[in-house]
Amino acid sequence: MKTVNEDALQKNYITAAYGIRSWLLTRDHKRIALLYLISITLFFFVGGFFAVLMRLELMTPQGDLVSAETYNRLFTMHGIAMIFFFLVPSIPAVLGNFLLPMMLGARDLAFPRLNLLSWYLYMVGGAYTLYAMVTGGIDTGWTFYTPYSTGYSTTNVVPVVVGIFILGFSSILTGLNFIVTTHKMRAPGLTWFRLPLFVWSQYATSVIILLATPVLAITLALLGVERIFQVGIFDPALGGDPILFQHMFWFYSHPAVYIMVLPSMGVVSELVTCFARRRIFGYKFMAAAVMAIAVLGFLVWGHHMFVSGQSVYAGMAFSALSFFVAIPSAVKVFNWTATLHKGRIEFRTPVLYAFGFIGLFTIGGLTGLFLATLAVNVHLTDTYFVVAHFHYIMVGGAVMGYLGGIHYWWPKMTGRMYHEGWAKFSALILFVGFNLTFFPQFILGYLGMPRRYYIYPEEFQVLNVLSTAGASILGLGYIIPMIYLLWSLRKPRTAGPNPWNATGLEWLTPSPPPTHNFDKTPIVTEGPYAYEEKSANGE
Amino acid sequence: MWDFPLLPEAASSTAAEVDALFWLLIGVAAFFGGIITAGLVYFNIRYRKNSKASRAGAVSEHLPLELLWSIVPLVISAGIFGWGAKLYFDMHVPPEHAREVYVVAKQWMWKIQHPQGNREINELHVPVGVPIKLVMTSQDVIHSFFVPAFRVKQDVLPGRYTTTWFEATKPGEYHLFCAEYCGTSHASMKGRVVVMKQEEFERWLAGSRLAEPMTASGDQLFRQFGCVTCHSQTSQERGPSLHGLFGSTVRLADGSTVTADERYIRESILNPGGALVAGYKPLMPTYAQQMSQEQLFQIIEYIKSLGGPQIAGERKNP
Amino acid sequence: MANSSSRLAHQFDDLLQQQEASNLGMWAFLATEVLFFGGMFAAYAVYRSLYYEAFVAGSQHMDVLLGAVNTAVLLLSSLTVALGVHAVQRGDNATLTRYLLMTIALGSVFLVIKGFEYSHKYAEGLIPGIRFTLEGPNHVELYFILYFVMTGFHALHMMVGIGIMTAMIIMTRRGRFSPEYYNPIEVSGLYWHFVDIVWIFLYPFFYLIRVHP
Repeated sequence: MKTVNEDALQKNYITAAYGIRSWLLTRDHKRIALLYLISITLFFFVGGFFAVLMRLELMTPQGDLVSAETYNRLFTMHGIAMIFFFLVPSIPAVLGNFLLPMMLGARDLAFPRLNLLSWYLYMVGGAYTLYAMVTGGIDTGWTFYTPYSTGYSTTNVVPVVVGIFILGFSSILTGLNFIVTTHKMRAPGLTWFRLPLFVWSQYATSVIILLATPVLAITLALLGVERIFQVGIFDPALGGDPILFQHMFWFYSHPAVYIMVLPSMGVVSELVTCFARRRIFGYKFMAAAVMAIAVLGFLVWGHHMFVSGQSVYAGMAFSALSFFVAIPSAVKVFNWTATLHKGRIEFRTPVLYAFGFIGLFTIGGLTGLFLATLAVNVHLTDTYFVVAHFHYIMVGGAVMGYLGGIHYWWPKMTGRMYHEGWAKFSALILFVGFNLTFFPQFILGYLGMPRRYYIYPEEFQVLNVLSTAGASILGLGYIIPMIYLLWSLRKPRTAGPNPWNATGLEWLTPSPPPTHNFDKTPIVTEGPYAYEEKSANGE
Repeated sequence: MWDFPLLPEAASSTAAEVDALFWLLIGVAAFFGGIITAGLVYFNIRYRKNSKASRAGAVSEHLPLELLWSIVPLVISAGIFGWGAKLYFDMHVPPEHAREVYVVAKQWMWKIQHPQGNREINELHVPVGVPIKLVMTSQDVIHSFFVPAFRVKQDVLPGRYTTTWFEATKPGEYHLFCAEYCGTSHASMKGRVVVMKQEEFERWLAGSRLAEPMTASGDQLFRQFGCVTCHSQTSQERGPSLHGLFGSTVRLADGSTVTADERYIRESILNPGGALVAGYKPLMPTYAQQMSQEQLFQIIEYIKSLGGPQIAGERKNP
Repeated sequence: MANSSSRLAHQFDDLLQQQEASNLGMWAFLATEVLFFGGMFAAYAVYRSLYYEAFVAGSQHMDVLLGAVNTAVLLLSSLTVALGVHAVQRGDNATLTRYLLMTIALGSVFLVIKGFEYSHKYAEGLIPGIRFTLEGPNHVELYFILYFVMTGFHALHMMVGIGIMTAMIIMTRRGRFSPEYYNPIEVSGLYWHFVDIVWIFLYPFFYLIRVHP
């Protein structure tokens, strides 16, 4: 293979230009992806730090480590940092930015300048929010329920809301860019039903971002107006309706769950096919399922409000629709499993993450059925059962998928391979640590421990200690990859263009790719995941 | 240390059915989780890279299979939905003869009034085997009334009334939590529900009564605020009589009709122009700034004591 | 043609692809805007159905005539934008500049009239949270909150629109546009029309409630 040496000599997107200006003013989607990678990793550890303090406090039933005021800030800021500044941008802004144009055979996204602007908006919103957190913090919960947030909290509500408002436009610009790029910049022969499922998932995610984020923006704007001018939009004491706020908030925030998890589903489809050397089972069902989730996801927001006082009949409608949205998710899980049938499965690091995703997402999804069931929801909502459920979806699902994707495309992004042994070890650690942290919380929730409590009755202590113990293992599982991934940057760029022998246009480029991705626009003649054909050719 | 519960106590009439539904869901989850796990493990072993298992006849499309695992979960979901919805409905509609208790939540305590005049803070005493209907409101932010042992939870909102009900089945003491985050001391906004045998409860009622019954306080407030000048049985030019009002159907000035429940009475006192009774002028001022939530409940209890729609047939309908 | 190809960004294969991409981009952005205003219209719908009396009472304080004039001004500005696009298609950049200037002028007239209305409201004490002295039915304040938030966000969009049109004039004078390449004018026009359409909803919703008692 002579190509490796030639690649090393050729200028790639990292060596194309040097100096801080060349990064801060770049319009290259791959460089912007790296800028995002660094920024969201920062926020991940900020949010993780808050989580560690919370878990430590919860080791005992009394409030001995932090005060109520501090604890309330911790869970609020943990939620805000993790959801808005890590999970929502994670896969789209890093992996999507890097890979979408390459998977489509394009030289860049449709609007590179908007792409850079989106990163700057992220940074401005993030810096503003961090500033608000450092100078007093915020204690409303990430849900900002009125009238507490507008009339009673004495913390930095307005600055944080402004920060998230700005951040919203960053999301919107990314989504807009992806939609236009997918529609207009596919390589010749790359028809819709030849797109990799990763692209489908990014597309579906972008649709949600485009249609849901503006509603969050206006909701937060109204909240800001109410708080600044003390006029009643949502505060009943001034003539408003707090339930309306919940409707508007969840109209964004339920679809936001799918913004976080759909991209991971796309990643898992890539990983499972590559390491099973199989075409995906039921490609069209998989693509349709992603779009179905995106659409149905807009119709179920009321299931967060079964005990809020909304009408019984509204509750029934939202419950029924919530069961509907479970079906396409179930189809996806079955199809991933079926893809393994008669494959040639190779246990490399990325696919371990993918299996972790499937297992944890299945538990998260199935416990979602509990919460969609009206009478059971009454008991479980606002308890630790809910906390466990959404962490199984968002951490067990979204973060596992994200890390799987990072491990899969790391050689493409950097040209280097990481230490496989450490990587497998940390995938295992993560899986064990995660379950130990969050499984006890299902039981705690069923027992009736409410969320957002910094002190609790003594009979809940054992399970809380277990959970904290798990969190310490989980934390280790996040630090180890940081170390060996950074360490790999010291090695020479020897990964080669296609270390996994995978299909997909992104693997036709050198690793790392040149700024313009492709010397010649590729022409596509077959569907994705043609692994059986590859094997037949002896590759 | 290892003596800790894994299942919550079940101490209300609906708890058993909620638990049954919960265990059905556990069964469904175990079934599907089991299939997926078994599939993952089996395929991973049998079709690992170097195994000699035959790969002949591998397929990537199979419509009947896809339909099977779309439709089977759908059917199961529909069944679970139906049961959950029916039970939810039952949990929302209190039995006719339920004993009423009034709850006012505020940062960070539960204030409870019994119609007999007993008042409690962060404690609720109830008799066993009697349905209890709670009429609740908040003085400030949103709270949520949560008794895990009863499987009962209902948000408590400022500016409106919400209701829930339960029937305790076992004497004992149970946790009462605030389940909706409500500010600094949210975690301390908890108390206990004390379920007593009927005769013990009657003794408690008689022994701890510090105030007169709510109807009496309400009657007094009715005169103190001057309601009686317009809303008495004798002078009906300015305002309708309230005898036989509670539970009856009222026709409003804009032609619509409304059932006179707690919410309607509350709205009429705080925002009289909003729900004007047909045939009357909007003369009544608002009492929003003058009455506490507890006083409102007392007046409502008094108006209830004036009788329901049974005797409404005797008064002339406007 | 060298002029046109220098307009082609490196990521696109040809001008047609670039044009289609930016059109689709603007439509996608407008979808976002629809949902942004949609959130406010949803709040409006909920409160209007709950407190209809208050909304009727509030609308009595609106100057229907000024609102009507502003509606006409905006409709006219949409016409001038459309004529501008027509002009650039013919390669008549001088006419294009004229129409863009007229658009900016009409947009400014709208904002000035809006400013007068706001200051009247201030004088009458009808601005919630700042100066509100109206004694009316309960919840009449809500009507005014929504009025100021919704027309305020609309006015903000008008200002952005005027900024965009100014940029278009500068680009026109630098000779950036030709019958082959006038895409920025087209998408700016789309944005301008959208902002007009929002007003077409705002006007009856706030000014004309009392016509249907």
